[in-house]
Amino acid sequence: MAVENQGSAIDVTDLHKSFGTQSVLNGIRLEVKQGETLVVMGRSGTGKSVLLKLLIGLEPADSGAVRIGGQDIGNLSRNDLNEVRKRIGFLFQQAALYDSLTIEQNVMFPLERHSRKPQEEQKERARELLKSVGMEKDLEKLPSQISGGMQKRVGLARALALDFEILLFDEPTAGLDPITATEISHLIADLKKQRHMTAVVVTHDIPSARIFADRVALIDQGKIVVEGSFDDLRSSQIPFAKEFFENGC
Amino acid sequence: MYRDVGTLLASALEWFGELALFCARLAKAAVTPPFEWRELLRQCDAIGAQALPLVALAGAATGVVLSLETWDSLIRFGAKSFLPSIIVFSMVKETGPIITGLVVSGRAGAGIGAELGSMKVTEQIDAMEASAVDPYRYLAATRVLACILMLPLLTITADFCGIFMGWVANTLAAPVSLHLFLENGLKNVEFADYIPPILKTAVFGAIIGAIACFQGMRTRGGTEGVGRSATSSVVLSSLFVIVADVVLVRLILTIWPSA
Repeated sequence: MAVENQGSAIDVTDLHKSFGTQSVLNGIRLEVKQGETLVVMGRSGTGKSVLLKLLIGLEPADSGAVRIGGQDIGNLSRNDLNEVRKRIGFLFQQAALYDSLTIEQNVMFPLERHSRKPQEEQKERARELLKSVGMEKDLEKLPSQISGGMQKRVGLARALALDFEILLFDEPTAGLDPITATEISHLIADLKKQRHMTAVVVTHDIPSARIFADRVALIDQGKIVVEGSFDDLRSSQIPFAKEFFENGC
Repeated sequence: MYRDVGTLLASALEWFGELALFCARLAKAAVTPPFEWRELLRQCDAIGAQALPLVALAGAATGVVLSLETWDSLIRFGAKSFLPSIIVFSMVKETGPIITGLVVSGRAGAGIGAELGSMKVTEQIDAMEASAVDPYRYLAATRVLACILMLPLLTITADFCGIFMGWVANTLAAPVSLHLFLENGLKNVEFADYIPPILKTAVFGAIIGAIACFQGMRTRGGTEGVGRSATSSVVLSSLFVIVADVVLVRLILTIWPSA
């Protein structure tokens, strides 16, 4: 898959992160071009989700830098960091829908705070997004009244509510049946084509990664051990990559 | 043993330090725009209106017990005519505020601690922060302000119910009209007697809200952690309400000697 615009949307240099004595990320370097979808894969507990949280400033880095559109987010004030966050959508692993709000209110939440459109238009936008993920019939339901897969779809609609430049997906297909997982994967691939968005996707799902990945990076022991196109990694002779893809497919 | 005491002391100091930083960020979020009016109203309903029956019942029960217990004692001293004044003074100056503070710290403290704790462990607070919404403003400031606004109103309700049910209990033992009961009870009470104890409960509200939000938002360790946060919110907020009551009563007596 060709990436048209070659400007750097995300630039990570020498990123380190530890929790207590446990070192999670150990000198991560990566660059994501504008309009590119980077898939980050690796064994469970190797810090992939932590990497996403560092990219949006939810966790502070111990050292190293994360630059979004050239801005080092580690040096930004809280207000400036929020301005950067307004350009980034995040789909959490468990969707992280707000329990006390209905499905429609969940999708409306970022729109009400950051969109200048009239409320009717915001509502229309929320319904349009929910329709695009097949959730238009459950507007008034609470998150606890729908299944995990449905929650993920709503989470995706919420992550797309504003016209973000960058999307971060944490395990977008985990826990879903194969049909829904493929639907979500195609939805992510379509979004990239339609909106030319930059995306970083953390996943273990190799068939899904094949659908939307421009580039794949494999993390092991807190470092990126190999990166390249999906097919390059699939045929890689690097022991970790070989083992990962042989066991995953 | 010395090491244990040292560790405990260090943990306590760390907790107070983190609480102070939390309160500073909370105060800034509460007084700077944008204001989350709709969420504040929702919290006023949850913390105030929905707690009304429980607070009214607690106030009423206290009034009845106060009347029954005091009636017996006053008869022994031949001073039963003082019963209305004792009930009114007791409810307004101390019993109403502390009963309301403890009931709300149990109900709202557990509710806030568990709700925010659950939001923390399910990444809802992270999701809010990721969408450039300050959780201190949207979640914490609204709940603390709702506690501050609702506690005085709930205290007035508890006072009213306590005095009224005190009269009911009194009139069952020795029939007296409500008008006469209130006239006797209120004749020595000045307006200044009501204000400081009721305002005192706004401080209770700030304590309950801040501690419950703090404990909830620092939850770790899944559902077990949520349970711990709910319990610690109730225990700590009740404890600090009692300590604050002692300090505030002394302060009120210093500032308003007649109150």
